[in-house]
Amino acid sequence: MNGILVVTETGLNGLHKMSLETVAAGQQLSRELGQPVSAAVFLTAPLSAKLDRVYRVQHDLLSAYTADGYTAALEALIHQADPAVVLFPHTYQVRDFAPKLATRFGQVLISDIIGVHEGKWRRQLFQGKLNADFLPQPGTRVFASIQAGAFRADQLEAGAAPEEIFSPALDPSLLRQKPEPPFRESARAVDLSAADVIVSVGRGIKEQDNIPVVEELAKALGAELAASRPICDNGWLPMERQVGSSGQTVAPKVYVAVGISGAIQHLVGMKGSKTIVAINKDPNAPIFEVADYGIIGDLFEVVPALVDEVKKARG
Amino acid sequence: MKIIVALKQVPARDSQLKVAPSGKWIDESDLTFEINEPDAYALEEALQLKEKHGGEVIVLCAGPERAASSIREALAKGADRAIHIEEDDLGAYDTLALARVLAKAAETEKPDLVLTGLQSDDLGSGQTGVVMAELMGLPHATIIMQVELAGAGLRVKRELEDGWFQFAGMPLPALLTIQSGINKLRYATLMGIKKAKSKEIRRLTAADLGVPPRSTVTVAGIFAPPRMKQTQILDGSPREAAAKLVEKLKFEARVI
Ligand SMILES: Cc1cc2nc3c(=O)[nH]c(=O)nc-3n(C[C@H](O)[C@H](O)[C@H](O)COP(=O)(O)OP(=O)(O)OC[C@H]3O[C@@H](n4cnc5c(N)ncnc54)[C@H](O)[C@@H]3O)c2cc1C
Repeated sequence: MNGILVVTETGLNGLHKMSLETVAAGQQLSRELGQPVSAAVFLTAPLSAKLDRVYRVQHDLLSAYTADGYTAALEALIHQADPAVVLFPHTYQVRDFAPKLATRFGQVLISDIIGVHEGKWRRQLFQGKLNADFLPQPGTRVFASIQAGAFRADQLEAGAAPEEIFSPALDPSLLRQKPEPPFRESARAVDLSAADVIVSVGRGIKEQDNIPVVEELAKALGAELAASRPICDNGWLPMERQVGSSGQTVAPKVYVAVGISGAIQHLVGMKGSKTIVAINKDPNAPIFEVADYGIIGDLFEVVPALVDEVKKARG
Repeated sequence: MKIIVALKQVPARDSQLKVAPSGKWIDESDLTFEINEPDAYALEEALQLKEKHGGEVIVLCAGPERAASSIREALAKGADRAIHIEEDDLGAYDTLALARVLAKAAETEKPDLVLTGLQSDDLGSGQTGVVMAELMGLPHATIIMQVELAGAGLRVKRELEDGWFQFAGMPLPALLTIQSGINKLRYATLMGIKKAKSKEIRRLTAADLGVPPRSTVTVAGIFAPPRMKQTQILDGSPREAAAKLVEKLKFEARVI
């Protein structure tokens, strides 16, 4: 057992963006541990990074993702390459197969990590309200998936790597899931990415009948209205206004998060905003970790006051 | 159709959390607990499948004595019976060991379908269901937003990233991890609450199932996250704070 194996993900248009962050993490770990780092790439997605090896994982049965197919292929690759650490990007696809793969090796995937320091793997608990350091048992193979944004793709050391084709022996009967082509629900009528200002509402709004409270603010600011997932799940606002990993990714000049706690799946959709404002009654809400300006208070008092002040300023 | 729903009891969502003196978990003494939200959706999906296709819904829950209140709630909503694996110190079990406990208990029932939430609101590992599937030799799919019976198998809608979805078929028995928002949660009726009192709850321990505690991964410590960014808190009365924010929006962000 030696070295680091980074399992990348190939999306509809080449490598998934989190793949490069994971390769950067693998390179960093390789420098710290003084061990080689290699990457596994499915299909033909190009990858140019300084690595000791790139395994091109190829098989007709892997052209569409299935948990069973990917698990079997990577199980074989891990037996061959014998890495001490296996890293994944914490994508929806990785959530689907990596726990199964780790189980094949009698290990627990340390999922959604935000950093690693001196052998301690750090991840969030309670949707970001607390952090925890995890210690794998010494001498065992570590499986870990990396949270979006925890490592930076622009820190990736460019370069080349010797490539090796890895063609696992796969039996079609192994693949029990029969996937159909991916699709989008409907053409998006709302393009939030074009908005300069977004007012986004979360579960702090409590009831559908309270939505006008934030609508007023959006109107006063000339902003688009957006929401966290539970608001769209409840049908209080249409799905196309959802911001986050399952919804839209936005980067307006100003993003006002009202009654949103700041779970990672929401943050990935808006943390590129130029200025982030958070209005939340809980001073420990994780949203304050990314906010430039914060108002700690009851949104039902703060938001109407804000509407008045905006109107006053606009004259 | 015999459906098992694995559900977990977690601290209520808006809880103020404090680190326990051990530094390894939270202080649970003043907290209230509830059914983990995605698990509540898994339960609802099971109840709807039963209503459509007939069968039985069995709740499977590992947790201390207090978890019985969540089990009762699930029975009151319409589950037929429950298995409570009563353990005070589940901290000694890592995800794999706990999934072994759950898988062992589930296997004795020979279910057609096992449902669970896609992740827990406390640990958030998002793995228990997938690991159970592997241990039980079942096909699985995760982040599910729709479940249909199709012939002798299932056709399910997987949520992908950025607003994409995908249907996938698979044979039964199978395991699915359910995403919040897949359906509309029901409330327990008074009648349901009354009926729940006479429903069976089988109590077992992990030892009864022959699964010893095990941790390949242990918690070294938990702590409040450090602030990454200097948030400027605008204080004062709501009106004062609002006025300060408008200044910032006008003169710094320049959007007013
Ligand atoms: C696979 C997956 C995909 C997901 N995709 C997305 C996604 O695309 N987008 C998304 O948003 N989420 C997504 N989620 C869900 C995400 O994990 C969180 O559950 C969700 O973002 C929480 O929404 P919230 O902040 O509105 O609610 P909560 O977490 O319940 O937060 C409510 C906040 O409101 C505050 N509050 C309450 N009352 C008041 C008041 N009167 N005044 C002021 N503040 C108040 C509370 O202090 C709290 O911070 C996903 C989860 C998973 C597992």
